[in-house]
Amino acid sequence: MAFGTYKEVVSARATSKEIQKVAQDGGIVTALLTYALEENIIEGAVVAGDTEDAWKPEPTIAMTAEEIIAAAGTKYTFSPNALAFKEAVRQYGIEKLGTVGTPCQVQGIRKMQSYPFATRFLADKISLLIGIFCMENFPRASLQTFIDGKLNSSMELTEKMDIGKGKFWIDTPEGQKGLALKETHGYEQAGCNICQDYVAELADVSTGSVGSPDGWSTVFTRTDAGADVFTAAVEAGVIETKVMDDVKPGLGLLEKLSNGKKSKGKDECARRAEMGLPTPW
Amino acid sequence: MFEAFIKKLKKFLGLGAKPDADDVKAETQKLKTEAKKEVEAISKPAEEAKKIADAEKAEEAKTESSDPKNDESSIEEAEKVADKPKIGYIHMSGCTGDGMSLTENYDILADLLADMVDIVYGTTLVDLWEVPDMDLALVEGSVCLQDEHSIKELLEVREKAGLVCAFGSCAMTGCFTRYARGGQLAQPKHESFVPISDLIKVDCAIPGCPASPEIIAKTVVALINGDMDYLEPMLNLASCNLACGCDLQTNIVNKALCSGCGTCVAACPTRALEMVEGRPSCNKDRCIKCGSCYTHCPRAWFPEEQIKKDLGL
Repeated sequence: MAFGTYKEVVSARATSKEIQKVAQDGGIVTALLTYALEENIIEGAVVAGDTEDAWKPEPTIAMTAEEIIAAAGTKYTFSPNALAFKEAVRQYGIEKLGTVGTPCQVQGIRKMQSYPFATRFLADKISLLIGIFCMENFPRASLQTFIDGKLNSSMELTEKMDIGKGKFWIDTPEGQKGLALKETHGYEQAGCNICQDYVAELADVSTGSVGSPDGWSTVFTRTDAGADVFTAAVEAGVIETKVMDDVKPGLGLLEKLSNGKKSKGKDECARRAEMGLPTPW
Repeated sequence: MFEAFIKKLKKFLGLGAKPDADDVKAETQKLKTEAKKEVEAISKPAEEAKKIADAEKAEEAKTESSDPKNDESSIEEAEKVADKPKIGYIHMSGCTGDGMSLTENYDILADLLADMVDIVYGTTLVDLWEVPDMDLALVEGSVCLQDEHSIKELLEVREKAGLVCAFGSCAMTGCFTRYARGGQLAQPKHESFVPISDLIKVDCAIPGCPASPEIIAKTVVALINGDMDYLEPMLNLASCNLACGCDLQTNIVNKALCSGCGTCVAACPTRALEMVEGRPSCNKDRCIKCGSCYTHCPRAWFPEEQIKKDLGL
């Protein structure tokens, strides 16, 4: 079970040119959230919005499609979206909330839904939870270390960050620069090393670039709610799909990476247990 | 201990208590399903919930008209009453927030109190001085060591109750009453407030300041269904009485477990937590030691099976 429980896996992308232009890959998160908002499946979304500081995202409450689109694109550092839930529900009065998160964020939110000890009338408002594939996440200072020290650029000049084809990439006015991933290893946060979830196994819908061609994303539909939204978005022509077996590099690569994360995570848990340190699983 | 607990729970639920209890069982089953649906309904958008409620009403109307058992004798009614779990609500030192949270389950409250449980003891609820035997004691609030009446009541409750549940953070960790230093009217001497587990054995705990209406509803449904898997974390939490924002630092961040997901900050009722460099930072002046942050942290304990069950994955 490299991918957790899912209903369907496809390669997909947003059909909107506006979304394609700003999206990290296939623009699935942006397309799904904007579609759900327009169809009143959600009334608002908490997304990783930009701030005045370059690459310092903050949980942002988006009430319009424009605000969701403005937050498009992957930020390779923390945006703990759960932080904004209370404000979204209590101040903005959002009864049906959509959000996006890394696998660990999805785990925190799902735990909150199953055991809502201290989150009075909050967890039940989350109607759409989109998970993104995640190998590891970086403290912002780590990003700065690669970009300033190893790529001779700056956070301010960086227009887009990406990880693919074995490298960490930045787009700058001077062109694209790549750094071998072995140079970034050791800079990820330590909490990621015990994680065994690459493809956000507990989300309603999970998506990420791996497995699909450039400009497309691999999408897993998992829960009924997730499958309903995704199917409706495809039927509405907001998202177009390709059969997974027809695309390169395909599920094989995704399976390899997912299993790799699982076995590395298990090894790290065992290593820590030997030292007498706690692990949650 | 676990088996004894299950046995107790089964007795508590009236399961297998009588050979001719089929009717009672059916009735309990019906109530169970209703409560379960209610809880599910809570977690669904209002429209959907309304649809379900309407459908249920229609269904009920159907079954009622065709149900010959509707005119059951009053003797059987009496038996049903005798079979309901006896619950006591004990109020120690706290703000009554957890009790109020319980009453926020408006939709199931009437059924719960009238049909599913028997409240046998409780200040303001039952006119009774002596502590009676009970299956479950919900204890809200911490206990004041200078208040002999509280101590006497708590010890007596432990003797008379099959299960003692620390209901809310004050009972479980002491919560904000930990900061008491006496000097207040009517009794300035009252200064030492401790979690109830400092004095008695506690079987399960429901933290939260207050414990949310949903967790109370979910717990009641799990108790009535004998769903031990769901209750397990609460049994495990019973042994914890020191939870506060410091736990996040010492047990999660210092143990290289934090992923910066922010769930702890979302759970904090006093905004004592903020994220600094992707890690929770606790403002000690605001922290009330309710333990909500640590309880909610997915890296403290993670109920993967329960989540998958809840999601149908």
